[in-house]
Amino acid sequence: MKLKSILVAGAALAMTATVANAATLEDVKASGELNCIVTTGLVGFAYTDANGRWNGFDVDFCRATAAAVLGDGDKVKFVPTTGKTRFTALSSGEGDLLYRNTTVTMSRDADLKLTFLGVNYYDGQGFMVNKALGVTSAKQLNGASVCIQTGTTTELNLADYFRAQGMSYEPVPIETNEEARTNYLSGRCDVYTTDASGLAATRATFENPKDHILLPEIISKEPLGPAVRQGDDAWADATRWVLNALIEAEEYGITAANADEMAANPPNPNIARILGAEGNYGEMIGLDNQWALRAIKAGGNYGEIFDRNLGPNTEIGLERGLNALWSNGGILYAPPIR
Amino acid sequence: MSVASDTDSTPQRGGIMRLWYDSEARQVIIQIFTIAVIFALVGYLIHNAAANLDAIGKTLGFDFLFQPANYDINQSFLEYDSRSTNLKAAAVGLINTFLVAGLGILIATVVGFIMGVLRLSKNFLMNRLVYCYVEGLRNVPVLLWILLMHGFIVTNLPSPKQALSLNDSFFFSNRGINMPSPDPHPLFWATIIVFLLGIIGSLIFKNYAKKVQDETGKILPVLYVSLGLIIGLPLIVYFLTGMPLDWNTPAMQGFNFKGGYVVKPELIALTLALALYTSAFIAETVRAGILAVNYGQTEAASALGLRNNRTLQLVIIPQAMRVIVPPLTSQYLNLTKNSSLAIAIGYMDITATLGGITLNQTGREMECMILVMAIYLCISLAVSGFMNWYNSSIKLIER
Ligand SMILES: N[C@@H](CCC(=O)N[C@@H](CS)C(=O)NCC(=O)O)C(=O)O
Repeated sequence: MKLKSILVAGAALAMTATVANAATLEDVKASGELNCIVTTGLVGFAYTDANGRWNGFDVDFCRATAAAVLGDGDKVKFVPTTGKTRFTALSSGEGDLLYRNTTVTMSRDADLKLTFLGVNYYDGQGFMVNKALGVTSAKQLNGASVCIQTGTTTELNLADYFRAQGMSYEPVPIETNEEARTNYLSGRCDVYTTDASGLAATRATFENPKDHILLPEIISKEPLGPAVRQGDDAWADATRWVLNALIEAEEYGITAANADEMAANPPNPNIARILGAEGNYGEMIGLDNQWALRAIKAGGNYGEIFDRNLGPNTEIGLERGLNALWSNGGILYAPPIR
Repeated sequence: MSVASDTDSTPQRGGIMRLWYDSEARQVIIQIFTIAVIFALVGYLIHNAAANLDAIGKTLGFDFLFQPANYDINQSFLEYDSRSTNLKAAAVGLINTFLVAGLGILIATVVGFIMGVLRLSKNFLMNRLVYCYVEGLRNVPVLLWILLMHGFIVTNLPSPKQALSLNDSFFFSNRGINMPSPDPHPLFWATIIVFLLGIIGSLIFKNYAKKVQDETGKILPVLYVSLGLIIGLPLIVYFLTGMPLDWNTPAMQGFNFKGGYVVKPELIALTLALALYTSAFIAETVRAGILAVNYGQTEAASALGLRNNRTLQLVIIPQAMRVIVPPLTSQYLNLTKNSSLAIAIGYMDITATLGGITLNQTGREMECMILVMAIYLCISLAVSGFMNWYNSSIKLIER
């Protein structure tokens, strides 16, 4: 009898411990830490520097979110994942927010049960080869060995592209960008293909970046965006509007440096709403009114984050291109905060 | 409760407790409870998984197996392309698993037996060398061996354009080993048929030789006759029919070699690493097996006048095998399961296809993992079933 009651008690205990919780916003606030899912290491996007501190474009969005939700951009625990483990890490609750060069697709949204929050980088799949091969177009890649990261949209696009071109290739599947880098540099594959931004970032870490070129063909649309678990609207709202606020901030010229001053003397009502001087927008998403002010102060607006991590003055040297604001010839466009 | 009340003379402890003091009944009760606990645990796990899947709105289903896989696989013994189904991709992966496991077991057994016997050598240097081989290999995790071998091939061998060539038909590069593939004419069948007849013939001869030995004590040269039948005869037929076999030699074309067979670096690295690692364990098993045979057996054999190698062959090994086979089975199972480390270097086995890319692209974690686990279970049960059969066929027959 005792055994049975022990059993029942044990089972009940385990049951309560594992019941899936949908109130992520409350959980994150209660634990005082945001678990943010990033890559295992991709220079410019998410990587650890010599001091072991995480840096990069995606990392800065994680920090901005932590600043908005928890009041401190450093209260982030980064969860490094490969292309294959990222969604499991999110749906199992190992992480609460995914910022990992992840392409928004219909099946990921509807079938993998994610909720995408928007797009933080408009990208497309490209090819990188060694100049010495003398290849100038992806159409000359018949018979090549191609390094690809498994569990990505990349491997699916690649199969489609070579099939459509009537070309053959040897896929060399790998798990992480670092492995891709070693395999590519050692000559196990002739070509490395992934998101063009990822190629540029990877190339920047080569000893002789100039020996390698990106081929002109971009074979897919890769809108990279953050995601949360489906079915938790409160958490999705909070995180989505942090992203929107950072884009809006660039549009209205709010920077990390001038944010405090603008909050004190808002030059116009838009800025007043964003920085919490007017209305109660923070409360609408379960935060306080200084949410966006803190997010912007954590690492700057979208433009500042881009320039610091990926822009022309960095090793990676990417132009804004499609990622310029809609008002500057790009397609970056955030819905208004009002 | 009434059981106790209407019986007999001995003083009774009350009711159901009596069962507890009866040691046989107690065992039954304990077993019932154990089974109940196991069922409860399994049930709870299933319930929990179902509840969690339900909470995120996922349902269990295997339809995805029949949808196009959409990805390519670089080593496939079936007709496969990106439009084939996930099921086909899984089959391709399974065959690749069989290939490494089969090759690995073969090499591990041969190397392991040789090392095990050499380990007992009276030659000090040999003995120490094999000791280092065994300890070196088995004390480093097999994953590291796999990565090391792969890294070695990929970084140290030249690119295909500068491939090391042997006789202009075998090429070694960081894309693997390219070798000629046979291209038989119709007449080549004659050679194959003679080869098969040769095998049957040598089996018959072996039986005959045993009979002769039983009756007269004369030993016929089974090995030489068999070799002649299996290799010599087909060779003669092959030359008589005018060598009806062409070779398809690989040639560099664009980025890679075209034509012939290619053994990819991933297959080489994985097979060698698994085989050598496991061979170290097998060597120890073999050594233990041989040492387990009482030295008196050797003395008795030489007292009967058997030569050394005959003693080994007829007296020691048959007895040692009874000790060797059970642990050998575990080593085979380990090797098979360790082959799932393939994923670390991108060898497309069942874990990398069904349990990797398919799982990831379709998001069917539960289904894929259940299938992959079931498949490994079946493979392992088949291997141990076979080894159990073999074990009982060599066990001591008491007369
Ligand atoms: N956008 C694609 C590919 C994402 C991807 O895996 N990108 C690579 C290179 S751009 C990466 O982030 N690698 C980092 C790592 O290996 O952790 C997808 O969502 O499937």
